[in-house]
Formats: sequence, structure tokens, C-alpha cells
Amino acid sequence: MNMNEQPVLPTRAPQKNHETAAFWDGCLSSQLLVPRCDACGELIWYPRRFCPFCGSTDVTDVALSGRGTVYSFTVIRKGFGPFRDAAPYVLAYIELEEGPRIQSNIVGVDPETVHIGQAVNVVFEPVLDPTNPGDPPVAAIYRFTPS
Amino acid sequence: MSLRGAAFIAGAYEHPRRNIPDRTEAQIHAEVAVGALADAGLSFADVDAYYCAGDAPGFGPISMAEYLGLKCRTYDSTETGGSSYLVHVGHAAAAIAAGHASIALITLAGAPRNTMPSPGAAAAFNSAPESEFENLWGSSIVAQYALAAQRHMYEFGTTSAQLAEIKVAASIHAQHNPNAMLRDVVTVDDVLSSPMVADPLRRLDCCVVTDGGGALVVVSPEVAATLPRQCVKVLGQGEAAKNGNGGRVDLTHTGAVWSGPRAFEEAGVTVADIDYVSIYDSFTITVLITLEDLGFCAKGEGGRFVLDGRLVAPHGGLPFNTDGGGLCNNHPANRGGMTKVIEAVRQLRGEAHPAVQVPDCQIALAHGTGGSLATRMMSSTLILGVADA
Repeated sequence: MNMNEQPVLPTRAPQKNHETAAFWDGCLSSQLLVPRCDACGELIWYPRRFCPFCGSTDVTDVALSGRGTVYSFTVIRKGFGPFRDAAPYVLAYIELEEGPRIQSNIVGVDPETVHIGQAVNVVFEPVLDPTNPGDPPVAAIYRFTPS
Repeated sequence: MSLRGAAFIAGAYEHPRRNIPDRTEAQIHAEVAVGALADAGLSFADVDAYYCAGDAPGFGPISMAEYLGLKCRTYDSTETGGSSYLVHVGHAAAAIAAGHASIALITLAGAPRNTMPSPGAAAAFNSAPESEFENLWGSSIVAQYALAAQRHMYEFGTTSAQLAEIKVAASIHAQHNPNAMLRDVVTVDDVLSSPMVADPLRRLDCCVVTDGGGALVVVSPEVAATLPRQCVKVLGQGEAAKNGNGGRVDLTHTGAVWSGPRAFEEAGVTVADIDYVSIYDSFTITVLITLEDLGFCAKGEGGRFVLDGRLVAPHGGLPFNTDGGGLCNNHPANRGGMTKVIEAVRQLRGEAHPAVQVPDCQIALAHGTGGSLATRMMSSTLILGVADA
């Protein structure tokens, strides 16, 4: 996606912290960087510097393919806050081909056609500075679209 | 050590109102505490243990002990969302068994129809380590249950009409409850024609939003023996966390698959022994999956299990939520666990409405689900019995 193209659903810059900065910075360079445990080898979602499978504090980020399938979804008919005027839109669990099931939106699709098992790919959507929309994006977030 | 028989519920009280614009949250806590203590035949001076959860204002037990004038030797603010109050009953029984308490007061109160969510609740949403991986997508509470419902339908062929049967049963019960928020009996067609909120859940698949609260008094066997009131025996309690599991979430089950067996084992009973169930009903799907997880039917069979009036009191195979539940009666402070215990106590005392009283109700199960079905939750199962159970 052209990083200066405005997404259809509302975006905002995610709050980063010591554990998640690498993940969000990865999105800005169009990479899905997810920690893998150095000790037991499990991929860890949501990103953290701790392995909930074995208790290790040693993890290394790896880039995932961004390919997956819809594990479950809902069409939200009434949005709240920034999403008040966005309905209908799709919230889904995407099962990444490497294993983790993660929540996000399915975009670029008629919500009525989304179905479990549907193949999807990650898209990285830019978050622009509203006062300087011509500047490079200040952040990026991950959504998914049908393959 | 088993907690079977270690404690009794001597007092139970549900606030009669569902819209309370003229009370503070602390005031409603106090009103339900007064009600439960009066029900037990006890007073504030008798209370030596106090339990509250995230709905308590200010600094929880620190603030509430001062407001209520409590001088306890045990305080516990275990917060597991809507299941907190079932957990509190178990923890109170453990404290009593350990000799750290003899008369425990548990309160819940809130007024979400009239007050903004507490700052603490908003802070929890924003400060949780998982928050930014879930809060960017325009999610909602109902959406986090819809995801589970959609997957259940996909894997097991569960239908919206089957989910609607759960709401229908609750509404049949609620018509007899003069305090219920929704007293009209509804049909499956009524549910299916209500507006879609988040597919596949419609408006009538959702619980009510109510002000109010409730309280319980849990006492030692020695205290129970001195009280004129019919006391209900605590037979067993289990609790469990179920969550995203590092990215391996399985939407087809809840924490009840672990909390249930723990409670049944401690109580020394099986599903066949249960005469009445209070099942957490934030949404219809919550009930259906929980019934499967507790073993009342096989996984995936919940949709067929709830047909043919099985959940309808007094003569269905498994009467549930005879007060009308959260779907019709009350879901005070957006937390349904307290009222689940209260209606189970009514049933075991034979004090449910005569139209829904289960004949010869000896053993009841109450189950709470705190948090969210599609992400993370704390489940608690409580098994209660009549005094000689």
C-alpha cells in the first residue's frame, strides 16, 4: 500500500513501550516482527519480552509472512468512539500461517463476503500527522485484506 | 483440604432497583450490605471479613471499610470481573476454614445507567499489556463474544435460533420477577428480528445494563447453627483463567472447562446431581458454551441441548436463571456474578418465585465469567447445597 494513502477505517498512532517499540517500528517498515522464544522456540503473541510458554526472558524478533486465514470474524453494525460512523466493518481473528491467532480488521472487502477460512494478507496502513498530512507517516498499523 | 461444608451463605440480598440516579456507588454498596446482613440476622458489628471487587469506589476495601465502619480482620479485593463474587465466596470459605474469619460480607454495586465508567476501568483498558493489540480495531464488548459465537457456529453448526432459545427461557422466568428490567416474554422470532449488533449476536442476545447490586453474608458452620435463617452450604468452588495463550486462543471453550471440574471434585457431586443452575449470561453464547464446558452436554451439543424448553423452570431438564438472569432481570454494574449466587440461594431455600421454584432443589450450581469470551477471562464455578447436602 502507498503509505500516504488514507485508510478507510480510523487509525491512530499506537502507544509504544519498551516491549512493543520494535513491533510497531516494524510495521512502519512493512514488517510483522513477532518475538520467538530463544529457549523453547515458540512464537509469542501479543509481543512481549517474556515467554509465557516456558518463562524465558530471552526472545528474538522474527519477521512473519503476513499470510493467514480468517479463524473467526464479526461484522460490527454499531461502532463507538472514532468508529462511530465506520460501521459496518469487520473485526476478525486471523490465524497466521506460522500459528498465532491475532485480532485485527479485514479491510478492502465487502463485509458480507468475509468467511472463516478465507485467505488474507497483512497490509500496513499509515498513521499520518493530521496537522501535516503531507509528511511521512508517524506510525503504521497492521490490518488484513483478502489475498 | 476441601472446603466442602466449611462455610454457609446466611444472607443474600439483591437491590430491587434497576435505575438509580439518586445514589452514589458507595451508598448502593451500603444498602445491599444492610439488606444481606438483615437477611442473615446479623449486624455490621458482627462482620469480621469484607470482600469487594473492581466495582467498589475509590481504593476498594480501604475506602469501603471506612464508609461502612468495618473493623474486620480479613479484607480481600480479588478482582476477576463479573465472576469476582463467586470467587469471593470460595475465598471467604477458605478464610473461615483457616480461622481467619467467621462472618464475611461480600458487596457489589454500581450505576452504569447513570454514571460514567470509573476511571479505574478506563485505566485498565489502556494500561493492560495487550491493549494496543486489541484497541485499534473498533472492537466492542459484544464483538468479543460474537467472535466466539461465530466460531462455535462454524465448528458445530450452532444456529441463531438455538441461541435465541436461551433468551426465551430467561424471559419466561423474568415475567414472574416484579423487579426485572425486562418482563415481557419473547419468542425466538422476536430475538431473530431484533437488530444485529455484531454478527451473529443481535440486541436480544445481549444482557441488560442496570444499576444496582447485591450482597452475601458467608459464615462459619458454628455461626450458621446459631442463626434462625435457613443457611445454604458451600460445597465447592473452582476458578480458572483462560486467555489468548500466547496466540493459541481457542474460541470454542471458556475457563469453565477447568473451574467446573475443580468445583465438582471439591463438592463431591456430578452434573447429574445438580437441580438448578445459575449460568453467567452476559450474552446467549456465554450460556451455551458454559453449559458444554461444565459437562451438562458434550462440546458442540449446546445448541441442541437448550431446545425444547430444557432450561425453563420448573419442569425443564436443567432449569436456569429463574430470576430472568442478566438477559432479562439484572446485570448490576455490568457484573452478573453476584445475582447468579443470589438466585441459587433463593432456589435452595425454596424462596424463588413459586412459578419458577424447582421442586425439592437440593444442589445448585452458579457460574461466573469475568472478562471477555474471545480474549481473556476468569471463570468461577460455585456449588451450593441445602444445609444437610
